[in-house]
Amino acid sequence: MKEKLIENIVENVLQGRRNKDDEGIEEDYTGEPGVAELVQKALDEGIETNTILLEGLSRGMEMVGEKYETGEYFIPDMLTAAEAVEAGMKVMEPHLGDKGESEGKGKIVMATVEKDLHDIGKNLVCIMLKGAGFTIVDLGIDVTAARIVEVVQEENAQLVGLSALLNTTMNNMGDVVKELEQKGLRDKVKVIIGGAPTSEDFAREIGADGYGKDAFEAIRVAEKLLQAGGNN
Amino acid sequence: MNRAGRLSKRGVVVDRPYERLTREQVELIDQTSLSLLENPGILCYHEESVSLLEKAGASAKATREGEHDAWWVKIPEKVVKKALETVPSVVTLGARDPENKVILDAEGTRVYFGSGSETNYWLEVEPETYTSKKDGHERIFPVFKRNRGNVDYLCRSAHLAEQLDNLDFFIRNVNVQDADITSENKDVNIFFASLNNITKPVVGGVADFNQLEKVVGMAEIITGGREELIKNPVVSFITSVIKSPLQVVAETAEKLIAIARLGLPVVISTSPQGGSTAPIDEMGMVAQVNAEALTGIVINQLANPGAPVIYGAVPVRARMDDLHDMYGVPEFCHYTMACAQMARYYKVPCYSTAGVGDAKVPGIQSAVEKMYTYTAVPFSAPGLVHYAFGLLEKTMTFSPDQAVLDNHMIGMSKFLQRESGIKPEEKDRVEKMIREVMDSPYRMYARYARKMLRRGQIFAGFPFEGDAADQDQTLLVVNEKRKELEEIEPQYLSEDVCSHIFEKTPGLLSRLNPYTK
Repeated sequence: MKEKLIENIVENVLQGRRNKDDEGIEEDYTGEPGVAELVQKALDEGIETNTILLEGLSRGMEMVGEKYETGEYFIPDMLTAAEAVEAGMKVMEPHLGDKGESEGKGKIVMATVEKDLHDIGKNLVCIMLKGAGFTIVDLGIDVTAARIVEVVQEENAQLVGLSALLNTTMNNMGDVVKELEQKGLRDKVKVIIGGAPTSEDFAREIGADGYGKDAFEAIRVAEKLLQAGGNN
Repeated sequence: MNRAGRLSKRGVVVDRPYERLTREQVELIDQTSLSLLENPGILCYHEESVSLLEKAGASAKATREGEHDAWWVKIPEKVVKKALETVPSVVTLGARDPENKVILDAEGTRVYFGSGSETNYWLEVEPETYTSKKDGHERIFPVFKRNRGNVDYLCRSAHLAEQLDNLDFFIRNVNVQDADITSENKDVNIFFASLNNITKPVVGGVADFNQLEKVVGMAEIITGGREELIKNPVVSFITSVIKSPLQVVAETAEKLIAIARLGLPVVISTSPQGGSTAPIDEMGMVAQVNAEALTGIVINQLANPGAPVIYGAVPVRARMDDLHDMYGVPEFCHYTMACAQMARYYKVPCYSTAGVGDAKVPGIQSAVEKMYTYTAVPFSAPGLVHYAFGLLEKTMTFSPDQAVLDNHMIGMSKFLQRESGIKPEEKDRVEKMIREVMDSPYRMYARYARKMLRRGQIFAGFPFEGDAADQDQTLLVVNEKRKELEEIEPQYLSEDVCSHIFEKTPGLLSRLNPYTK
């Protein structure tokens, strides 16, 4: 029974069904319980939050990632699955115990840097990181370095994710790294960057800790950085 | 409205065909062509055709053309119009797999794509590694291996054609030049090699009149008899009965009449060259090629009223430097689109052309030329689009790698022809979707895109993209795909059918029998 319910959560993550009103992709599932309802049911049945998170939601996202790697899934598949996971996480929130658990894999402040108004890539990464179990504080677009660092401090975030689409704005990412240094936070906070004009080399150049060429790599890099940080 | 073409599972329905000509221009061409058929009339080298035309009301005057008897035949309008009355507007090209039947409807707008020509050369890509003299860097480049066509290549191309999802009918595309192929056994071997390797409709010309009966016999064995063959004509024919300008060839006319009497589908294919055998200007070309196609149709209908016949017009333009054919040019599209409209006007199914590359090898030139005609010609909803796969160097070379690439370009063209999704019944859905997204945290439409993606409603994009930043790897990726397709097990005719065909058809090469290899 428990296994079947968890399996059903995984299946609905793959179908990208947030709740009973979503159709799903292969057939019309409207009316059948989606991830939100299934997570609620699992909680009602006393299944541990950790089990729902790891064997249900995270497992579903991992499978989506595997399908993306093999070319079976595309970006829209990932995003809808991540939205479904997010819907499940919302139901879980009040039931999560200590601070560490409520933040899942860690807290990340996300922003498109100053003078840049582009947010598709940043939003995509936000959705995916949430789907992967991170807590996201999304500051939106055109955010100054000072404001980003201020929020990092307030939220006690472990990681900052910066996005830029323009050659002219990508340099503002370096300002965030400098601001973190000035505030004495650099050794506590990791910085990851992404966006069309950026690269691994550019990340190194401005002193960032990581670069994600796409949303899945952003997850991998974030996980790796926070794990490394945790070990230190 | 009875749209038989809509019953077919293959091809693409062109939503709203492009009409290059106004109704007045169509009627003007009709009147000009009919006037030309009366004066100067046609020069006919085939006595039986002359006699059929005379009986129907044409007048003929004997003459000598070099060593041959010929007749100037003046065909009055009423003879043409009467013949057009008996032409069926729906013609079915049968197939070994009935799911693959091509149903041509002159009043419908479904378009089918097929191969064609009889190229002397087979050109395939072979990846080769080169080392840069400058920096010692190694790179793989596609090089081209060019061989004379033979029967093995024909088998391979028919098998490849089976795998190409946008190929709807097969016309032998490689000339078989093996040492053991003679004029007495060529046709049977071509048709057998084709039929044994593809379950889609096989269409082709017969070079030797005496082999027509053998080819038909082979098809009867496959379908189970004459009546079954008429119902499911797994072979259909092409006759180049016209030698432009306005001449009827004796031997081909004989075949045309015989095929008409068998009740099997036949394409009247006329291919004048604008600038040499036809006027280069659009009106002159279309008036002449239309008169030529009508001549073939009239002879066919006089031989057997109601016989299935297809208006085949392949008007090309001459290159001005060497008078070779040119296909990838705007005039070719103008001529061809106008002819499709003429066929529709007469309610006769049409056979048209797109995708011939004037380029010698696959590459940028071939892609430009091919994509140009793949995009333009089908918009006129011409029914059959032949020559569409793998042709290069006009119609001299067939490249299987190019055919794989062409299959994709045709897919793009088909997608372009699709019906518009803007419909009153979609209004509520669209408004609901946009409102939902505007009310969501990230305002992304990915969820809705996914649904269309998974339902096959989104075009897949270019499948042959390389990953190098300093080299075009398209042909290398295409080559891998082609090899993968060639690995698929062929769907041969059954052993019983093969042995029956070999028993009844003298001249077949034993190496073509997959069960006795």
